[in-house]
Amino acid sequence: MVTSKRKKSPEDRHPLLDQLSQMWRNKTAVAGLIIVAGFVLAAFFAPVLSPHDPVETSLYDQIKPPFWADGGTKKNILGTDDLGRDILSRLIYGARVSLIVAVVSVGLAFVLGTLLGSVSGYYKGALDNVIMRIMDIILAFPYLLLAIVVVAYLGPSLQNAMMAIGITYIPRFARIVRGSVLEECEKDYVMAAKAVGAGDWRIIFIAIIPNCLGPLIVQTTLSFASAILDAAALSFLSLGAQPPTPEWGAMIAKSRALILRAPWVMTFPGIAILLAVLGFNLLGDGLRDALDPRLRD
Amino acid sequence: MPERQTAMPPLVEIRNLVKYYPIRGGILLKEIASVKAVDRVSMTIQQGETVGLVGESGCGKTTLGRAVLRLEEPTSGEVLFEGENILTYNQQQIRTLRKQMQIIFQDPFSSLNPRKTVSHIIGEPLLIHGVKNRHERNEKILEMLRVVGLRKEHMRRYPHQFSGGQRQRIGVARALILNPKLIICDEAVSALDVSIQAQVINLLKDLQEAFGLTYLFISHDLSVVEHVSDRVAVMYLGKIVELAKSKELYHMPLHPYTQALLSASPIPDPGLKRERIILKGDVPSPIDPPPGCHFHTRCLYKQDICHQAEPELKEVKKAHEAACFFAGKVGRTTQ
Repeated sequence: MVTSKRKKSPEDRHPLLDQLSQMWRNKTAVAGLIIVAGFVLAAFFAPVLSPHDPVETSLYDQIKPPFWADGGTKKNILGTDDLGRDILSRLIYGARVSLIVAVVSVGLAFVLGTLLGSVSGYYKGALDNVIMRIMDIILAFPYLLLAIVVVAYLGPSLQNAMMAIGITYIPRFARIVRGSVLEECEKDYVMAAKAVGAGDWRIIFIAIIPNCLGPLIVQTTLSFASAILDAAALSFLSLGAQPPTPEWGAMIAKSRALILRAPWVMTFPGIAILLAVLGFNLLGDGLRDALDPRLRD
Repeated sequence: MPERQTAMPPLVEIRNLVKYYPIRGGILLKEIASVKAVDRVSMTIQQGETVGLVGESGCGKTTLGRAVLRLEEPTSGEVLFEGENILTYNQQQIRTLRKQMQIIFQDPFSSLNPRKTVSHIIGEPLLIHGVKNRHERNEKILEMLRVVGLRKEHMRRYPHQFSGGQRQRIGVARALILNPKLIICDEAVSALDVSIQAQVINLLKDLQEAFGLTYLFISHDLSVVEHVSDRVAVMYLGKIVELAKSKELYHMPLHPYTQALLSASPIPDPGLKRERIILKGDVPSPIDPPPGCHFHTRCLYKQDICHQAEPELKEVKKAHEAACFFAGKVGRTTQ
């Protein structure tokens, strides 16, 4: 069925693009893509979109409710927090922080994980054992705990939180790549590359890795979701973003005391986290369906 | 096919080539046994000839082919290519040697990288061996496509857009583009339809004439091997049991195994009656091959000596070698 579908495409498109175009048929994936696109746009155009400066405090506008509630004004559409900062503006800038955290930490895990995993799967033997046992050790720790240890050692800051999250995500990339590389190594094209005199690095990164991209793309997207969540968790524990950085997790943490008096201060960043994680997860699932031929009908 | 002069030095000489795959077990992963895939094989391949290599699946013919190219590291022995032992070459020398010897694979689907265009697949060997100029590369790729019967517009396509026969042509083009002297055809036509097989075989023959190629043609298909080969080697359980000129081997097999193998090969003539030699039992495990002659467990003519001593591959008749104590004295001597 895969081949019949492929034969229908008359253009000489890259096979991966061919598969990715399958995603448009999946409604939940498109919904995920729209949510993710919304966040990316918000992050990119934050200065244009946000009505106020996200760190500007205002003594006169403390704890204003959203505009539809009693006492709310159009000036602060989603209300203000205990320091009179505009929540909507903070959420929009928070998208920027979250996306940066996600891109940097997942990027770090992607590069190191792919490198370790491919070397492990290609050379096999003792090297494979050493690398994978180290990955097992990282996996054996509850990853949030490991992140806390890393941050506690390096000092709380957003950069260290990103690094901590990145390190804890290395094993999942390494394992996926190793598995795919092991599978691809059995195919004759790898032997053929060897036979024409290609070096190991050329074989791994030019011949094999492009064939492992499917599961990698899926893992990357899903990891974005958990990286956003983990960054929020670390910031909630004040191990990540430091005030006054507008970070969703930190916003929730700061407004814990107000939960009964002004629940919206806490609710909106919570919804933002929920939507961002949901968007990336939906997109990731959709990509998995599109890229995995076994799941296709 | 023209007669070759035997006085010329061989292009490839294989001496006592051995490839054992270790089987590891226990906590310390010690070697507890080994699969004797290729067991002291010696043979020569003359410049410009086609040597067929036949045998059942699992007899080690693919491993032998790959060991000659050093795609698998042989355990011991020598492979002389133009008089030089390539098993002593370092990685750099091996990569240079790749220009001289190439391989065509059995499966036209897995042997081409699905994520690469045809021009990348065919042009990669050139890139690796120093043709950095894209224009120059493209010219050679186009020429190769023409040689193997593909068109210019195929360059930008991906392997999945081709049929099995076309894909095999791409594989042939990739093997040929470096202008090698030796090509190992590892079951190169086995995965193709009969009509496509004929096309690819004729292509290979034309190319041999045009470029003066030497083939080691590995196959389990006796009739294909008979058709393409000047000489044929028969392998059984990691060893060559018989080696002779194609015509001679097919008409006067000396080794009991070859006789049985040939009698099992179908002849497209329902009227023709002939006696089939039915071998009993299975091929013994290459992990623990029987002592003496490897074939004695299934041989119809075995004597006491067969499980005490191992027969060497030696010339029984002129240019006809067999590894059997009773070669030519048992079984049918004509077919």
